[in-house]
Amino acid sequence: MENVEKEPLFSAKYRKLLTNPLGQDNPITVQVLGICSALAVTVKMNPAIVMAISVMVVLAVSNVAIAALRTMIPGRIRIIVQLVVIATMVIIVDQFLKAFAFDISKQLSVFVGLIITNCIIMGRLEAFAMANKPWPAFLDGLGNAWGYGAILIIVSFFREFLGSGSIMGFPVMEKIGVYNWGYEDNGMMILPPMALITVGLIIWVQRSRNKTLIEENK
Amino acid sequence: MSFLLDTMKKMEPLFEKGGRLEKLRSVYDGFATFLYVPDRVTTRGAHIRDYMDMKRTMIIVVIALIPALLFGSYNIGLQHTRAFGIVDWSLMQMFWFGFLKILPLIIVSYVTGLGIEFVAAQIRGHEINEGYLVTGMLIPLIMPIDVPLWMLAVSVAFAVIIGKEIFGGTGMNILNPALTARAFLFFSYPAWMSGDTVWIEGLTKGGAIDAFSGATPLAVAKLDGIARMPSAMEMFVGTIPGSVGETSVIAILIGALILLVTGVGSWRIMLSMTLGALGMGLLLNLTGGNEYTQIPAYYHLIMGGFAFGTVFMATDPVSAAQTNTGKFIYGALTGILVVIIRVFNPAYPEGTMLAILLMNVMAPLIDHYVVQANIRRRVKRVRTA
Repeated sequence: MENVEKEPLFSAKYRKLLTNPLGQDNPITVQVLGICSALAVTVKMNPAIVMAISVMVVLAVSNVAIAALRTMIPGRIRIIVQLVVIATMVIIVDQFLKAFAFDISKQLSVFVGLIITNCIIMGRLEAFAMANKPWPAFLDGLGNAWGYGAILIIVSFFREFLGSGSIMGFPVMEKIGVYNWGYEDNGMMILPPMALITVGLIIWVQRSRNKTLIEENK
Repeated sequence: MSFLLDTMKKMEPLFEKGGRLEKLRSVYDGFATFLYVPDRVTTRGAHIRDYMDMKRTMIIVVIALIPALLFGSYNIGLQHTRAFGIVDWSLMQMFWFGFLKILPLIIVSYVTGLGIEFVAAQIRGHEINEGYLVTGMLIPLIMPIDVPLWMLAVSVAFAVIIGKEIFGGTGMNILNPALTARAFLFFSYPAWMSGDTVWIEGLTKGGAIDAFSGATPLAVAKLDGIARMPSAMEMFVGTIPGSVGETSVIAILIGALILLVTGVGSWRIMLSMTLGALGMGLLLNLTGGNEYTQIPAYYHLIMGGFAFGTVFMATDPVSAAQTNTGKFIYGALTGILVVIIRVFNPAYPEGTMLAILLMNVMAPLIDHYVVQANIRRRVKRVRTA
């Protein structure tokens, strides 16, 4: 037995795995991955939250599985192995949603299935899980899925609030009574372009707060 | 006038570096150069300097817009009398009625837009951009008269912030800001930008005389058939429902003349866009397809926003193509697209706005290839010689 000092479960390094993807290493606003689903499922908050949780489950579990198998996977076929793991997880999540949250599952339609093609998941498996132990891989999966989910929830909050006048299905605008003063919901917030613009605005805010993210002009 | 100049001079030290109001320097600068030609000279580089700076250019466009504004005011009154069966209004009464109705739109547009421009200039430490002088005038002219003022303010804010300031302000924007505002309104609150009630003052609240329709000629053609459209003469003069400034081709042509004589507007874009639309219209006349293809080609030039868009929107020096060849390509494609959208897209009766915005995006690409082609041609010439 070699005498390796064991790293504590929540050491500073491990905590970074959880917190970095929220800010300076965010999968959507910094790495610009997974944009497609961020545009598609953010019209309302409820589907966005369910989507965020689904991605979290898929990413965390497949990260652990690949990290556990990493020494056994032949380099040549690693992508296929990764895909098999992801696809299995996605199908489980999809079936679970169909069984227990059918309405939301219908709203998310193909986008649950399309988690398979979400660049964030393949990216994390390739970049992190193939080279790390299961526990850090698990934290990394949670962190990235949380970073993805946070943006999804922020975007969907603005799109639902301004586009449909509600928050998580609760008709806020109607309760306040602003419709009587001539207020109207903004129809463009429901259209996909506004999701892109909202993500763009979040990137703008993030970069003006964190100057290290701004590329140098070449 | 010298009183004003003296006051400005006296106040100047306040805004200089170290002065009490240093932070507001760009505000002072904006007003001072708006009122007087600056006496500064260039210190290095090109020493050729013209009085024709950006502020003068913009003012000429605003002057060119005045005929459309005046006729628009009259037309608001005229359409109102027609819709509500009023018979005893004089011409001045109609004009005054319309003018009072459009005034709030102009004020809201300028206050919102210039407010954002001022704030942005202070944050960046830039001079205040003059671009909004024209945009602020254009926006009320391409709106339906009954648009709620808060919606106008929201769309102006969107256009100035997302359409312009994000890219770096006047001169850096990809899209025409006025059309961005209109497009935002069009997609955000479609009920206020289409249909047959918003184009005439007061009609959204009901109370029109029986069997009156306030639909624009384009909508009439789509819904009731070409036969029900207003006559070509009516559309040319402009006594039809529509956005405030777009209806009268005569007023717009006067504006076009001012722009062309002073050299502010590009004749290349105006000419090629007109020819493009005319050519596409004729082609569709020949081929047929749906009923809408049978509209006489020249109708496309006088109905809807085509004339206004061609003269004031497509020629925007910032968002249009920059090279001369590019301007011809850009104009022709815009004209062709206008007619295609009008004829083949059932969701959008009017295609001018969307066509110009789309070509705005394409303009840098067109320029790139024009410049590349020129480089290739010259390289070839050098090699053969």
